[in-house]
Amino acid sequence: MPTESDILNIERDHWRFKEIVKGNIRDNLKEFISNGSILGRRGKDKVSINIPQIDTPRFRYGKKNSGGVGQGEGEPGDSLGGEPGEGEGGGKAGQAPGEHELEVDIKIHELAEILGEELQLPRIEPKGRKNIASTKERYNSIRSTGPHSLRHFKRTYREALRRQVTVGNYNPDNPIVVPIRDDMRFRSWKEEKQPETNAVIIYMMDVSGSMGDEQKEIVRIESFWIDTWLRSQYEGLETRYIIHDAVAREVDRETFFHTRESGGTMISSAYKLASDIISNEYPASDWNIYPFHFSDGDNWSLDDTDVCMALLREHILPHSNIFCYGQVVSAYGSGQFIKDLREHFSKNDQVVLSEIPGRDAIMQSIKDFLGTGK
Amino acid sequence: MGLPEPLAQYRDHIRDLSLEQGLDFFETVFVLVDYKRMCEVASFEGFPKRYPHWRFGMEFERNYKLHGYGLAKIYELVVNNDPCYAYLLEGNSDMEQKMVMAHVYGHCDFFKNNYYFARTNRKMIDTTANHGVRIRRYMDQYGIDLVEQFVDSCLSIDNLIDPFAPAARPENRIDEPLAEEEHDPRERQTVPRLKVDKSYMENWINPPEYIAEQRKIKEEKQQGRVRFPEQPERDIMGFLMEHAPLERWQRHILGMLREEALYFTPQRQTKIMNEGWASYWHSKMMTSGLADAGEIVDFAETHSATMATAPGQTNPYKIGLELFRDIEERWDKGQFGEEWNACDDFRQRSNWNRHLGMGREKIFEVRKLHNDVTFIDEFLTPAMIERLDLYNYRFDPKRGQWIIDSRDPDKVRERLLFQLTNSGQPVVVVEDANYRNRGELLLAHRTDQTGLDKTYAKRTLQNVLALWQRPVHIRTVDHRGKTVVWSHDGENFGAEKS
Repeated sequence: MPTESDILNIERDHWRFKEIVKGNIRDNLKEFISNGSILGRRGKDKVSINIPQIDTPRFRYGKKNSGGVGQGEGEPGDSLGGEPGEGEGGGKAGQAPGEHELEVDIKIHELAEILGEELQLPRIEPKGRKNIASTKERYNSIRSTGPHSLRHFKRTYREALRRQVTVGNYNPDNPIVVPIRDDMRFRSWKEEKQPETNAVIIYMMDVSGSMGDEQKEIVRIESFWIDTWLRSQYEGLETRYIIHDAVAREVDRETFFHTRESGGTMISSAYKLASDIISNEYPASDWNIYPFHFSDGDNWSLDDTDVCMALLREHILPHSNIFCYGQVVSAYGSGQFIKDLREHFSKNDQVVLSEIPGRDAIMQSIKDFLGTGK
Repeated sequence: MGLPEPLAQYRDHIRDLSLEQGLDFFETVFVLVDYKRMCEVASFEGFPKRYPHWRFGMEFERNYKLHGYGLAKIYELVVNNDPCYAYLLEGNSDMEQKMVMAHVYGHCDFFKNNYYFARTNRKMIDTTANHGVRIRRYMDQYGIDLVEQFVDSCLSIDNLIDPFAPAARPENRIDEPLAEEEHDPRERQTVPRLKVDKSYMENWINPPEYIAEQRKIKEEKQQGRVRFPEQPERDIMGFLMEHAPLERWQRHILGMLREEALYFTPQRQTKIMNEGWASYWHSKMMTSGLADAGEIVDFAETHSATMATAPGQTNPYKIGLELFRDIEERWDKGQFGEEWNACDDFRQRSNWNRHLGMGREKIFEVRKLHNDVTFIDEFLTPAMIERLDLYNYRFDPKRGQWIIDSRDPDKVRERLLFQLTNSGQPVVVVEDANYRNRGELLLAHRTDQTGLDKTYAKRTLQNVLALWQRPVHIRTVDHRGKTVVWSHDGENFGAEKS
C-alpha cells in the first residue's frame, strides 16, 4: 500500500526508463525506442506528439490480419477518418500498424506550452509599441441573456433538466424536458486587451549540393518548432523564406522545404537579401525580427565569409532581436562557417550558434536558440 | 488508513446496497490517493511493491504526462486480491466517488465469483511483493543489467502460457532456491534427476543405476524413438522453465513471471464482461437513489462519457453493459428457448412477454460461468449487433485509408470472436525440443492461414534463443499462406530451406 512517505517506488523505474531512452544504459534496447522526442507529425490543426515507448516483442499476427471490429455510425465503404486504435475506455481493436508508437493529438497552442515546459523556455520580452493595445473579442463565456442565434443548447438543456429534477417534476419514465425562459443560456464574449506586438521570422537555408534530404528534414522539423513557439508568443507572426546556393532568392514555404539545388555556396547572397527585406519592410521600431540561417557550414571563399560578417554586423544585427545560425552536419560540408562566426561574434549575445549533428540534437538546438528569451 | 468523511459513510452505504442486491465480494479496502500515487499504482498494474523494471517507469511516464496534458484521467483502480484493494482519486467530486465505489463492488463480485478467476492467487499483493524482494536480491547478486535483460527475455514470451490451465502446477514448478551449492546446470540438463534437498543424499536418491536408466531414455529420445515433448506443449514458459539450460536464479525468475502472467490471464479473458458487470451495477445503484437529485445530471454526463465510442474501436464498458441489460430483459420476458427461436413473426417477437422474471437470476449465472468468448458467442444476437452499431473495418490500400468493411452480423461476430480468442494473440506451442536431432527448439504457430509478423517473430525468437541457448525455429505461414519455418541461430534469421 502507498505509505506516508513521499518517495514513490516508481521513481527508480522511471529514472531507469529515462536513462534507457537517453541511451545512457542498456544500449541493446536503443533500436526499439520509438521516437524518443516529442516531435511528431503535423495534421490540419492538430499535431501528434509521441511519448517514447519501448515495446517488448511478442509473437503477433502479421499485416494480413489488419482490421477489426469498431462501433459507431457509418456505411460500409466510409472512411474511419484516421487510425483505429486503443483509446481511453479501452478499445480492443489495437491491431493497426504503427500502434506501438503512442501518439496523442494535441492542439497547436497547447503544444507550444508543452514545448515551453519541456525545454524550460523563458517567455519572450517583446520590444516595440508596448503601449498600444488592441482589443479582441472571444466567445468563451455563458450568459443568461442573449440573442437566439447564440443559444447554447446543451447548457440550456442541462439547466432545464436540473430545474425539473430539483422541483420534482422530472419523470424518468417519460423524460420530457421543457426549457423555460430562465433556463436559457447563451454564448457570450469577453473583451481581451492585448499589447500589439509583431514579429517576423526570416528563414534562410543553404540548398547547395552538399545539403542532403536528411539535412533538410532536420531544418524542416526544427523550423516547425521554432514557428510554433514564436507563434505562441506573438499575435501577428510573419514568416519569410530565403534559399540560396551561389545566389539567393525568396520563395514560399513549400518551395523552401522541397528544393534541391546544386552548385556552389555564397552565404553573403542570402544575408544581403535578408538585410534588404528588413530595411524595406520591417522597421525595427515596430517589429521583432528573427533571422534564422541553416547551412552545412561550407562557404565558397574566405572573401565571401568576410562579406557575411560585415553584413551581419552592420545591417542585420542592429535591427534583429537575435540572429540564429544552425549548422547541420553533412558528408560534404567542411563546417567552417560556424567557426568563423564564433571567432567574430563570440562576445555578442545577439548571435546564437548551434550545431545539429542529427535529429536527436534538434531539441537541444531549439533550446539554444530560444532559451535566451529574446 | 481509514477513509475521510464523507467517503467512509458513502462506502458503508454502498457496501450495504451491494449486499442487498445480492453481490458477493471479498472485503474491499478503499485507499484515497493523489494523482501521482494513482499513476504509480496503475503503472505497477495495481501492485505497489512490484519488482523493479523499466517498463513500469515507461507506463508511469505515459500516465503522468497524459494527465499533465489534460488528455487522460485514471478514475479508479481495483486489485483482485483478498481483501480487494481499490484506489480512489483525491479531488474527484462526491458523485464521482460514489459512482466509482459502486463500480468497484461490481468488479469485486466478479473477481470472487467468475469461474475463470476461481484459481487466481488471492494473496497476489503479498506474492508480487515477494517477487520484488527476490528479483532485487538477484540484481544485487548478479548485476542490474544482467537480471533486467533476462526479465526482458521472459516478458517476451509471457503470453505463451496455457490460459486454460490457470494455476495448474505453477507452484510446484517454481524451484525455490536452496541455500546449498548449485549443481552444474549443464549436468542437470543432460540427465533428469530427482529433486534432492540435501546434497549428501544425492547418491541415495539418484543412484548410478537410476542415472544410467535416465540416460538411456534420453538417448532413445534423441534417436527419435520418443518424441519430446510427447504432446505439443502450450505452456512454453513452463516448458522452458523445466527444460532450458538455465541457472537456478534464471529459472526462478522465469517461474515468478509465469505466475504473474497466469494471474493476469483471466482479466484479459473477461474484459467485456467484467467492465460490463461493474458498469451495470454502478448505473443501477446511482439511478436508484445513490446519486441525489442534484447529482443525477452530472452522473448522466460522466456515465455517458465512459460509454462513448470512437471510430475503429469497441468500448467494452458499453458492449458489456448493454449485453447484461439485454440478457436481463430477455430472461424476464422469456425471450429464449425453442419457441422463441422458432418464431419469425416480427410483431409477435416485439411483444413477446411471458412474465418469467428470471432476468436477475440469469445475469448472476452468466457472470459466474462465462468468459468474453463464450459470452459474445452466446449472447451477442444480430439485433444487439445492430443496436450497438458494430461493424468490421479494414485497411483499403487503394485509398490508403481505414474503412468500414461490413455490417453483416455474422461477419462482425466472427471477427469479434477472433479478436477475443486467446486475447487476440496467436496460439503457439512447443512441437519438438530435439528438432533435426540437434537439440534445437521447434515452435509451431497454430493458424488458420493468418501468419505472424516477421519483424516481431524475429525479435521474439531472439529472446527464446536467449533462454534455450540453441537455435530456435517457428513454423507458421507466410503472407501467401504457404507454410514456412523461420529460424534464428543467434547470428542469422530467415526462412529455412526445405
